[in-house]
Amino acid sequence: MKKTVFLGTLAVAGLAASIASAQSTLEQVQGAGVLRCGSNEGLAGFAAPDANGVWSGFDVSLCRAIATAVLGDPQAVEFVPLTSQTRFTALAAGEVDVLVRNSTWTFSRDTDLGLDFQGVNYYDGQGFMVSTSLGVASATELDGATVCIQTGTTTELNLADFFRVNNMSYEPVPVATNAEGQQQYLAGACDVYTTDVSGLAASRATFENASEHVILPEIVSKEPLGPVVRHGDNLWGDIVYWTLHGLIAAEEYGITSANVRELASAPTDNPEINRMLGTEGELGAMIGLSNDWLVNVIAAVGNYGEIFEQNIGENTPVGLARGLNAQWTDGGLLYAPPFR
Amino acid sequence: MSEAHAHSVAYVRDAMLPEQAPPPGETGALHWLRANLFSSIPNALLTLIALYFIWSLLAAILPWTLNGIWDAGSLSECREIRNARGIESAACWAVVNERWLQLIFGFYPTDDRLLASMFYSEGLAAAGGAEAVFGPGASSTDRIAFVGQMKAEIGNLAIFFFGYWRPLLALILLVVAVAPILYSSLPRKLLWFSLAFPFVAVFLLWGGTIWGPVLVAAGLVASLLIARVVAPAAGALIGMLAGIVAFLAIFLNPLPFLDLGLFPLLPNVKAVLDAAMPIGLPAIESADFGGFMLAIIIGTSGIVLSLPLGILLALGRQSSMPLIKWICVSFIEVIRGVPLIVWLFTASLLLNYFLPPGTDFDLLLRVIIMVTLFASAYIAEVVRGGLAALPKGQYEAADSLGLDYWKSMRLIVLPQALKISIPAIVNTFIGLFKDTTLVVFIGLRDPLGLTNAIRATGEWNGIYWELYIFVGLMFFVFCFFMSRYSMYLERKLATDRR
Repeated sequence: MKKTVFLGTLAVAGLAASIASAQSTLEQVQGAGVLRCGSNEGLAGFAAPDANGVWSGFDVSLCRAIATAVLGDPQAVEFVPLTSQTRFTALAAGEVDVLVRNSTWTFSRDTDLGLDFQGVNYYDGQGFMVSTSLGVASATELDGATVCIQTGTTTELNLADFFRVNNMSYEPVPVATNAEGQQQYLAGACDVYTTDVSGLAASRATFENASEHVILPEIVSKEPLGPVVRHGDNLWGDIVYWTLHGLIAAEEYGITSANVRELASAPTDNPEINRMLGTEGELGAMIGLSNDWLVNVIAAVGNYGEIFEQNIGENTPVGLARGLNAQWTDGGLLYAPPFR
Repeated sequence: MSEAHAHSVAYVRDAMLPEQAPPPGETGALHWLRANLFSSIPNALLTLIALYFIWSLLAAILPWTLNGIWDAGSLSECREIRNARGIESAACWAVVNERWLQLIFGFYPTDDRLLASMFYSEGLAAAGGAEAVFGPGASSTDRIAFVGQMKAEIGNLAIFFFGYWRPLLALILLVVAVAPILYSSLPRKLLWFSLAFPFVAVFLLWGGTIWGPVLVAAGLVASLLIARVVAPAAGALIGMLAGIVAFLAIFLNPLPFLDLGLFPLLPNVKAVLDAAMPIGLPAIESADFGGFMLAIIIGTSGIVLSLPLGILLALGRQSSMPLIKWICVSFIEVIRGVPLIVWLFTASLLLNYFLPPGTDFDLLLRVIIMVTLFASAYIAEVVRGGLAALPKGQYEAADSLGLDYWKSMRLIVLPQALKISIPAIVNTFIGLFKDTTLVVFIGLRDPLGLTNAIRATGEWNGIYWELYIFVGLMFFVFCFFMSRYSMYLERKLATDRR
């Protein structure tokens, strides 16, 4: 009897849930006047707070871009810090509207977890960092090395695969966080530190003698990182997808935060630019936004290249080269579908 | 007797001799050293080894600490200053200097309007006045730029005292509210303020209109009053039922199948009052709470709420009524049998699946509830130990006086049992306070989580010890105070046996 009552309550709750979620994410965000963006608790170059608590970073900029597209205000974002354990449940449960938190696009996450990845904002991959005194020039010479590795991540599995494929042995030194990994590596507890190359570069930049450490050329895994939304609300997914690719296309066509207002003031010679900036056609209206949405976005946060250079580019402490994250015209993987 | 004695002895000295100086070598530092440190060859050896150990420890730590650099903008700047000074190792306290407000308050917003009008009036005038900067039409990007510039100019101390006046005031009032409970010499009337304090604190910390906390307090008082008024007329049971019905009508909808739009009363009345008289402070979301403030909020609410709950559970566990007994036993065993971190994950992840997505059940509130339940199970066991330590005669004495159950517990058993359990209770509280750092795993911004966030900035990436030492020191101060207080309480209540 009691069990039936309990199950009945659950069913009612579920029904109420399905009714409550009938409102689309776009309506919810516009009603609340603020975008809830699932973000990292802190990752060098990607998300970090300044002394006044204002967040900035590569991932943060994408959140601000989406907020500008939907609400017209880059500051109308509430950053919800999520750990790697809580991130997908928080998104699925509706605690955040979009997740931009260095999440690797994988098959099972896209399908089994009921999530949708909306493109890739950073192509990462796992690499190795060693001390130059080790005299190693390639990861294939690492036979018998001790390796500091974060437990419970995909990097652990990639590492095992890489060493098995190359017929080498290694001794893992498990660490819990990136901070711990850096300390262990510097203290000499391991010969090699392995994690995503962006993380290695950020760590190396903080070392006192950065030149004594080198990141080996081998990249042993594919880590496409991108924004994630809940499966099912396709309009919201489109907005996130096209905001990201609007930023990428803006770089391709040379639209920057400095010249976007000027380019948008009157139709230019390039019809693609005109369609993007709303001086021609009605592209914004097709995703439920104003036609000059991309103008506001680029004016507020800049194009993809500007965001990259500001947060993780070669002139920042993180100091990443564009590499795979260059435009397809420059030999990279960034390729925005046509705005048409 | 004394006379006989006087006659049998030849000589009795009747004046006290003046005190003599002890023989040389038996006093002073030298004697102390010989007696305590160098009394034998092995002891002397041990002393020397210990001294060398202490010396090398201090030689490593002290220069690093005292040579610390307080004024720098980033870790690399710290290193440059250190190299310029020609020192080998130096702490980079500059990170604490820059970020201590963040470590204490998290991202709790400052009262920028107040700060601007008090310390930055020229800048405010130059920017076009308060309305142009903080008004509804102002651009948030401009406001953030303005606030950043203002804060850089007025310094952290002024921001601490005036920007964060709300949490500070709440903390001061907390001390006032707790004082009459801790020190019995204060006037008893202050206890009324202690009762009202939770509502005052919620209003100060979370803001919003004043009507939320006022109405919740009024609703609780009204439910109690109704029960009190009905009870003498219609009997205790009916009185209790009337109180429960009133409570349900005010806080929940007692007739879920019938949607009159009238119940629960509280939100409806609040909406009317909010519209008529919107008095209050700017609302602040729980997500902005962080740092040491978060630890104090979770810790104190957990401590205050878990003690009465734990006592009730301990009494329930000893109850002769099987239903109550088994409910209490299973609650205690289930809660105690599972680690706190699991309960926190339950609070943050599992509850979402049971609640409809629209429900805005505050994460901080969920955590406080979980922490309270967890601590109360431990308190229950501690108090049970105290109850078991009382001789059976005490219970029988209470019964023979003709006291009913609650009176015998309140007047005779509990005062003694609680006194015995004070060290263990405070021990549990200290543990609870430190356990609040576990909330970092569910994404709340506790001090340790903030050290991660601070390290994520380009300026401070790679800094560890300085931040952890600062956080550790803050926790130490609080826990040390608690343990000292428990010792004071023990001494004050030590009326028996010893």
